[in-house]
This record gives sequence, structure tokens and C-alpha cells, in this order.
Amino acid sequence: MAKFAALVLMLLSAPLAQAAAEPAATEPKASAPVPWETWRAGNAVADTASLQRGARNFMSYCNGCHSLKYMRYQRMADDMQIPTAVLSANLVAPGSTNLDYIETSMPAADAAIWFGKTPPDLSLIARSRSADYIYRFLKTFYSDPNRSTRSDNLAYPTTAMPAVLSDLEGVKAAVFREVKSTAGGAATTEKVFDHFETISPGNLAPDQFDGFVRDTVNFLDYVGDPAQVERRSMGLWVVLFLLLLSAFAWMLKKEYWKDVH
Amino acid sequence: MAPEAASKPGNRAAARGGLWSWINQRLPVEAFLRASAVDYYAPKNFNFWYFFGSLALLALVMQLLTGIFLTMFYKVGAATSFDSVEFIMREVPYGWLMRYLHSTGASAFFLVVYLHMYRAMLYGSYKAPRELLWLFGMIIYLALMAEAFLGYVLPWGNMSFWAATVIVNLFGTVPGIGPGLVEWIRGDYGIADATLNRFFSLHVAAVPLVLLLLVALHLVALHEVGSNNPDGIEINAKKDARGRPLDGIPFHPYYTVKDMVGVGVFLTLLAIVVFFVPTFGDLFMEKANFEPANPLSTPDPISPSWYFTPYYAILRAVPDQRIGALLMLLAVVSFFFLPWLDRSPVKSMRYRGWISKTFLGLFTISFLVLMYLGMEPAQEPYVTMARIFAVPYFAYFWLMPFYSRIDPVKPVPERVTFHG
Repeated sequence: MAKFAALVLMLLSAPLAQAAAEPAATEPKASAPVPWETWRAGNAVADTASLQRGARNFMSYCNGCHSLKYMRYQRMADDMQIPTAVLSANLVAPGSTNLDYIETSMPAADAAIWFGKTPPDLSLIARSRSADYIYRFLKTFYSDPNRSTRSDNLAYPTTAMPAVLSDLEGVKAAVFREVKSTAGGAATTEKVFDHFETISPGNLAPDQFDGFVRDTVNFLDYVGDPAQVERRSMGLWVVLFLLLLSAFAWMLKKEYWKDVH
Repeated sequence: MAPEAASKPGNRAAARGGLWSWINQRLPVEAFLRASAVDYYAPKNFNFWYFFGSLALLALVMQLLTGIFLTMFYKVGAATSFDSVEFIMREVPYGWLMRYLHSTGASAFFLVVYLHMYRAMLYGSYKAPRELLWLFGMIIYLALMAEAFLGYVLPWGNMSFWAATVIVNLFGTVPGIGPGLVEWIRGDYGIADATLNRFFSLHVAAVPLVLLLLVALHLVALHEVGSNNPDGIEINAKKDARGRPLDGIPFHPYYTVKDMVGVGVFLTLLAIVVFFVPTFGDLFMEKANFEPANPLSTPDPISPSWYFTPYYAILRAVPDQRIGALLMLLAVVSFFFLPWLDRSPVKSMRYRGWISKTFLGLFTISFLVLMYLGMEPAQEPYVTMARIFAVPYFAYFWLMPFYSRIDPVKPVPERVTFHG
């Protein structure tokens, strides 16, 4: 029976998989790149493995400057099914305990001098900006030798944050084209982003790096509202119960109202 | 045994004995319930629109209960409010549920109140003898607006801060005393810790007390005059031999069981929002409010919650701030005058002519369009559109004395009808 079901499933999914693969095969990717403004993070907070990788990424690459001051290590580990031993050995910062909030070791006052502003706490960044925004931000750093950080960003121009992921992603240049506009009377030229060009490759292949960013964004999405997975699974039962309650209330009403004309 | 209590008419419970009787000899619980539910007759032709009164009451109770739980953990103060809200969201067991119920409940409350008010406008429920009932309802609406605004400031997010700044500054347009008045309201030279503390006090004590008192008055007035109905006919005009309205049915059990259906559907929809889309796009919780209050960074655009945006659009449509504030005030206050603006001999829209229907239809469209415009930035074409749509909004009210008189009305039936 199970074999039969698997066979049926395969038969059903085969045309779908083919349909999904087809456009990629016939359409060369470079011809019409999706504009970065519409990139979606496409993350899934229920994906625990992705959250675990995201937590690892955050502790390795972000936590040096950014805190998660509303998030405790142990709560994170409980939600992500990380064993306490693994948590203590690999994720908790030296000097902190499992029950501490996730602080950064960089002194805020020094950070303000070094970067021009203190790197913000990221507990709520996914809620105040959105997961898509973080994804676009982390994927649109480009080389700009004129800036003190040697880089700039499309999603957040003139950001004080350096391109900290460039050893993974590689270094890329942004190619702009000049667009002449006569809107508003005076003729102006505007620099409009066209595409990225790789200057030097990083340690990760492009799709590996994309996965790295997605996992990190997913983790920050979770941190923004840690109860969201529990909320959705509980919500299903609550809604089902209330639908049942409404149905019974409706039947009761019908019974009582039989004699009203 | 107190024979005088037992002999009181309607106090049947007192005569039977037992604990229930003991209580009723001393407090007329059963007599009160009987008079206000079993012996209280409501028209039998209530339709969909008549769910929203009981739902408004449910929303009020829900806000009070969830509010009490939130108050247990919320720490008022410019340095503590934002953190304590996140503490509720993350570390208090089911704190997130209480907060989302409260934040979604506020929007749900306004939704049912708007539908409840619209019902009155559809069927002329504000007309004699229900003028006071309508006025109490309108004061409840004002108190609710104050309550919602005060509550919105409490999480001390950046939109809280800037909404408070914009709204409190409106009081600066009061001639003569404006600037002093604004300072008095804020308790500081800007929206600050002192403002937050007093807003908390008003939100959890003063305004809820006023609301409860007004709701009690609203219900007493309702039970005195009885409910209107979709046909706009007074059911007490036609009674049977025992003095019961021919077109009436006892509120309990008929409308208690019917309202249960409304409660079920309402709670289902509420749960879908609370558990799956608590921010409802950006409508029920704005992104900017997940950043702490920051006097140096203005959210762009500053927009109030959706239930205020029709009035906000009118405010911004006028270049002069004082006239804008006055028009906004008029937009709200106009509702109060409806019982006296309406000169139609007929209550319900069912029997009114095309003129009244057109004006109400245009009002409905303008209210919704203004609601949308108030969420957009204050720039073209939105400002001009707000100016255009403000005209039918006000025309509905202030031309009513004329159009409601010449409106070709239809004959009203003797007895109520069922339209489903």
C-alpha cells in the first residue's frame, strides 16, 4: 500500500518537477535578472535545521558587533532543539552563561567611535524592517574604495557597516548606468544600478552563500518573534475548535428559532 | 424568610427556598435578569447587522481582561516600557497571546463599533425616541478613540512617540491657550516620561471607568425604548391581549442563542488574525513601532491606526492647521447631530427614496476612500483626493435637513418583514 502511494505520488509530482525545471533550462538566467528591490528572503521559521545554521552564522559573523538583548541563549536552544552541551561549547560567548541574554562583547562607546554609530541591537530587526529587507541588505554590498569601510550597500546606501561577509561571498563591484531625466524642468543625470560584477570570488559558491544568508535571515526572523512557530501550530487547533463551536451554536439557534415566523 | 420580598411581583425565586432564594430575598438578581432578558422583547426581524452590539460588548470585556493581564507585567516609563513589552512577548508564558489579543482586539473593537454605528445609520436607529441612546453611543465612540490613542502610546515604540506628538500638538491650535494647553497635557516640553505615565493612568483607569459607565447608560436607554429593527417599525405599537408585542420575541433565549453564533464567527475571525497575521500587514501593528521611541528619527510617513485615518485625511487636506483640526473635529462631531438633521418621516433605508440612498452610499464610499488616503503620505494626488472625498462626507450630514425632507419615501408596512 505504501509502495503504491509512493508510486502515485511520484507519478503526480514528475510533471510538476519537470514544469518547474523547464523555464530554468530554456531561459538563460543573465538575460533578465530579478531587480534586487524585489528579492524575497523566502525563509521558513519552522525549518529548525535552518535556524540552527542561522544561529551558528550569527554567533560567528554578527555577534562580534550586534547583540540580541531580548533573547536568552537557553530559550534559543530550547526552541531550536540544540543540546545544552552543544550550546555551551559552541554558541555561548565566553563570560556568558546559558541563561544570559545574547549580548555583544564590543563596548558600545568604542563602537560609536570606530563606526560612527553603535551597531544596532538586532532582536527586532526582522520586525522593524522585514526579513526581505535584511536579505536584500546582506546581498547588495559592493566595493567602493572611496568610503572608509571600502564598501557600500544598495538596500541601505552609506551604511556604516562594512562588508563583513566578503570572505564568504567574494568582492563585487556595482555597475551603474546613467539615466538622463528631464522631469521637473531641469535636465539631470541619475545613476541607476544595473548589475554586479565579481572582482574576486569568495570561499562559498554563489548558491552556498545565498543559503548562508537565508539561514541567517531566518534566524533573525525567529528572534524577532520567538513564539511564532508555537503560535501558528496552536492557532490551527484554536480556529478548528471555534469553527466547531460556531457550528453547534448555529444548530442550537436553528432549533430555538424553529417556531419564529 | 422575608415575606415582603417574596411577595414582590416578579421575584418568583425568592418564594422557592434554598440559596438562590436567600440571595434573591436580599438582591433581585433573578427579577433583574427576567426583566432585562426574558421579559424584554426584541423585534423578531433582526438581520446580520444586529450582531455588532453584543460583539462590541464582548470586545470591551476582552480588552479589559487582556489589559489586566498586560498591566501585571508592563512597566510604565520611558526607560522601561519598550523593554517590558518585549518581556511580555518573549518571557511571560502566553504573554504574546495576551498582547496580540489586546492589539488585535482594539482593531476588532473599532470594526464592530463602526458596523454597529452604520447599522443605526441604515435603519434610522438614532431617530426619536432613541436620540439619547445614540448620543450615549457616540460618547462611547469618543471615549473609545481616546482609549485607543492612549493605549497606542504605551509600548513606547517610535510610531507611539510620533503619533502622540502629532495628536497632542493638535491641541496647540486652540486659540489663545493652545501652547500652554499642549504643555499641560504632555507635562513636559515634548512627549516624554511624564506624558507616558499619565497616559498609562488614563488608559487603565480613567477612560475604562468612563466607558463602563457609558455602556451601562447605553444599555439602560436601550431597554427603556427597545430596539429598532430593519423595517424601522415600533413593535410596541401592535401588542397581543397579554401586552406582548406581536412582532417581538423574548431576548432570552432567542437572541442569546443567536448572538452565540455571532460570537463564534467573530472569535474565529479574531483567532485567525491573532494566531496567523497579528500585524495584519502593517495595519494592526506598524513596523516602525518595533523600534524604540526616538525623538531624532521620524517615521515616514507618520500615520495613525486605520480606524483614525478617515479623520486624519481630512486634517491633512487643509493647508491651515487650525481649520484642518476644526474640520476633523466636525467630521467626528457631525454624527452627534444626526437625530436632528434627519427630517425624514421614515426611519429605515428600506423605505427611503433614491436621494437618501444616494447620499448614504456616497458617504460610505468617501469614508472608505478617506480611510485609505489617510494611510498614504501627505502628497499629491492623495491630498486633492481627500479634498474631493471630504465633500460627500460632510454633505451626507449637513445637507440632510434638506434632502431627507424632499426624499420620495415609500409606504412603511404595518408589521415587520423578513428579508433574511
